[in-house]
Amino acid sequence: MPGNLAFETHDGLRAHGDPALPAVRLVLPLLVAILTLTLLAPAADGRLRDAVDAESRTLTLVLEQDPPQLDSTRSTDAVSIRVLGHVKEGLTRYDERNQLIGGVAERWEVREDGATFWLRQDARWSDGQAVTAHDFVYAWRRVQDPATTSEYAFIMYGIENAEAVNTGALPPSELGVRAATDHVLEVSFERPIPFFARLAAFAVFLPVREDFAATRGDRYGSSAADMLYNGPFVISRWSRGARLTLDRNPHYWESDAIWLNRIDFGYITADTRAELNLFRDGKVAMANLDSETMHNALQQRWRIHRFDDGVLFYVGFNHRGDRLTRNRNLRRAFDLTFDPHEFVNRIIATPGNRPGVSLFPAWMQGAEGRLREEVPPRPSEVDIERARHYLELAREELGLERFPPIVLLTGDSPTANKQAEYLQSMWGQTLGLDIRVDVQIFRQRLAKMTAGDYDLVLAGWGPDYNDPLTFGDLFASWNLNNRGRYASDEFDHWVRRAQDELDPHLRVQAFGEIQRIVAEDVVVIPTYERARLYVMHPRLRGVVRRQISPDPDFNRAWIE
Amino acid sequence: MWRYTLRRLIQGVITVWFIATATFAAMHMVPGDPLGSERATTESIRQNLEARYGLDKPVFPDQYLIFLGSMARGDFGISFTQQNRSVNDIIREAFPVSAQLGLLAVLFAALGGVLLGALTAINRNRLPDVIIMFLVILGISIPSFVFAALGQLAVVRLNDWSGQSLLPVAGWGTFQHMLLPALVLGLGTMAFLTRLMRSSMLEVVNTDYVRTARAKGVPPLRVFWRHQLRNAVLPVITVLGPAIAAITTGGFVVELVFAIPGLGRTFVEAVQQLDYTLIMGTTVFYGAFLVLMVILVDLIYGWVDPRVRLS
Repeated sequence: MPGNLAFETHDGLRAHGDPALPAVRLVLPLLVAILTLTLLAPAADGRLRDAVDAESRTLTLVLEQDPPQLDSTRSTDAVSIRVLGHVKEGLTRYDERNQLIGGVAERWEVREDGATFWLRQDARWSDGQAVTAHDFVYAWRRVQDPATTSEYAFIMYGIENAEAVNTGALPPSELGVRAATDHVLEVSFERPIPFFARLAAFAVFLPVREDFAATRGDRYGSSAADMLYNGPFVISRWSRGARLTLDRNPHYWESDAIWLNRIDFGYITADTRAELNLFRDGKVAMANLDSETMHNALQQRWRIHRFDDGVLFYVGFNHRGDRLTRNRNLRRAFDLTFDPHEFVNRIIATPGNRPGVSLFPAWMQGAEGRLREEVPPRPSEVDIERARHYLELAREELGLERFPPIVLLTGDSPTANKQAEYLQSMWGQTLGLDIRVDVQIFRQRLAKMTAGDYDLVLAGWGPDYNDPLTFGDLFASWNLNNRGRYASDEFDHWVRRAQDELDPHLRVQAFGEIQRIVAEDVVVIPTYERARLYVMHPRLRGVVRRQISPDPDFNRAWIE
Repeated sequence: MWRYTLRRLIQGVITVWFIATATFAAMHMVPGDPLGSERATTESIRQNLEARYGLDKPVFPDQYLIFLGSMARGDFGISFTQQNRSVNDIIREAFPVSAQLGLLAVLFAALGGVLLGALTAINRNRLPDVIIMFLVILGISIPSFVFAALGQLAVVRLNDWSGQSLLPVAGWGTFQHMLLPALVLGLGTMAFLTRLMRSSMLEVVNTDYVRTARAKGVPPLRVFWRHQLRNAVLPVITVLGPAIAAITTGGFVVELVFAIPGLGRTFVEAVQQLDYTLIMGTTVFYGAFLVLMVILVDLIYGWVDPRVRLS
């Protein structure tokens, strides 16, 4: 027992006359020294620069977390993808108005059976070498190579042999992508991918140069020196967990169009209060707001910006055969009592969120304009009488005396809790159902969803690429993310149509059908489309917010 | 002495092994999937991931024995979340940060605690005692995240009022960056030490030797310094060892609020993410460090107080 000795000796401590404790003699001068040092030290040293510095063209910002790693073939989180979006460039990218434009590719052609990309001659890596079609071939093979364990490999399925390579049935060299010349990339499809040019802007499609990656092995992407860059910026310094500094890349082909010399992510913390305090102190140029810090920002009378971050939240049902929620009338009863407007205004209660009315969020592009205008969703309705009628039908169909408790699975954030409590009491009052809220940490909630251990779940989905299909195929019977195991031949049929159809208007029709089935069959109940609120330095211009990462995008930002 | 040290060290190793085993068991009993991510993965990718981290073998005995083997070699493997960094590298980078911050915090706490505690004892039941003890109660009962937020706000106000950056609000890099977080981190311990020091000082204040010293005409300050403080400070040293270990391995909240890349934050994030290797690495490291500090304190004790025989 380590502690015993210490306790036993307490009694005999009243002796006197031992030599003075050296600690006390040393410590007092030290304290005095520290205090003097603090008071006399120059107040603003070089590191304590202001948030925006027009002279040195430097921008200082907060990063919510340290990127786990920056190997683009394996990145999955928003922060990594944001950083990658500043230091690397893919075949295509989105401009300031969120229109698709060329990146490394000058022009391209997407056909039914494949695509061709013509690469610009002046695209360079940060060591001066040319970016070639081989760098894309290597990167994409690396993504599909089972040894890479890339979690986003599925997004390339549809390229010839992608799935077969990924499951190990074929070697990576069999992937349907090849460099016809150094500057022409040929891709062959197994099935049509009409939105492939937009898909190619996604992070896993970024190029990786083979000779460089080979010298780094497992360390590729883990530090500033273990990466090669071809984007507007390079990482000049990366102190893990503390600071990530991006400097302008002189080898970037459009370097003239980049105004900023440096983007300094000088602080890494997820604490929104700290973020706001840093903003107040003039140390960072932007701060995200949550429901708490929003009130502080309002008090300061700062201009609050908002934007749709693209994520749709919904109440998901467990459609497995052994669950009550497989019954459509029960789901209808839930749906007819739920009012998304009340939910957004009273429960979520931060401004800017939109009530959920469709599987496809309002910002989604259709054939020409917004998808929502081209195929308007059915307006949501609340009818408690009819809901009770459906509930009664469901009870009879399920052969129940009365309904057993129904489990509502949710995450452990305060917002999720609040939402779950509201639904619990609302469905208790209107339908007389006993809803049991099951609060779980993120990974456990996912595990329970995958295992089917729930009836209802509060979940959300964010887009991977800028096409309605990123939401549209979510409940296809073969989609692994369809964790409620919804299965409908009609739904699958329309998803296949949307996948294979090249004509944009016919695709929009298919999305309209998908939207209708989700509403009629109550596959899920959309609750809200999330908005993000933030404050920004008034002299900072040209920051692009978008639903498809990288977001926020500072590549073309400037300081007035 | 040497035999005693050796025996304590062997006991320490057993303690650490026990901590490691208990954590290993608890970690695997926690529900949730360490490889789960929002985007569902295909069966083949999942199998590859499991093979990469050795999760394809049974937890007991295979995974446990492999873990023990690599722990004995001082290798904790590759982190689950920071996929191409070893746990050893992460600890090597994060621990010095927490240690620097922690030592300064302990310095604040020890100095403040000893001085304030002595002050209250001398002024027992008088105004300074009442005020300080009230503050001590606040210090013990208010959690550090409140102090962290308040402190940060105060600095914002201070900078705002003075028109220049007197102190940084958050971040890491210079000595100024450490001051406020160290103070916040040390406050709880300071309050605890104040109380400890007060009671131990009260025992000493009216002892025979103090009376003798006074009767001899020794000046009051000298009595306080040489006869009272020095004798009363020993219990404080006892708790200082574990306190140093606790503080230097990091305060999660303080590190999060002040954006400090320390070990405390790493550990809590590892638990939230179910990063198995990082959880084991940080727990074993923390356990070993704590055990070592306790042994060290006992040894120092024997050296400071000759009546404590180490046998």
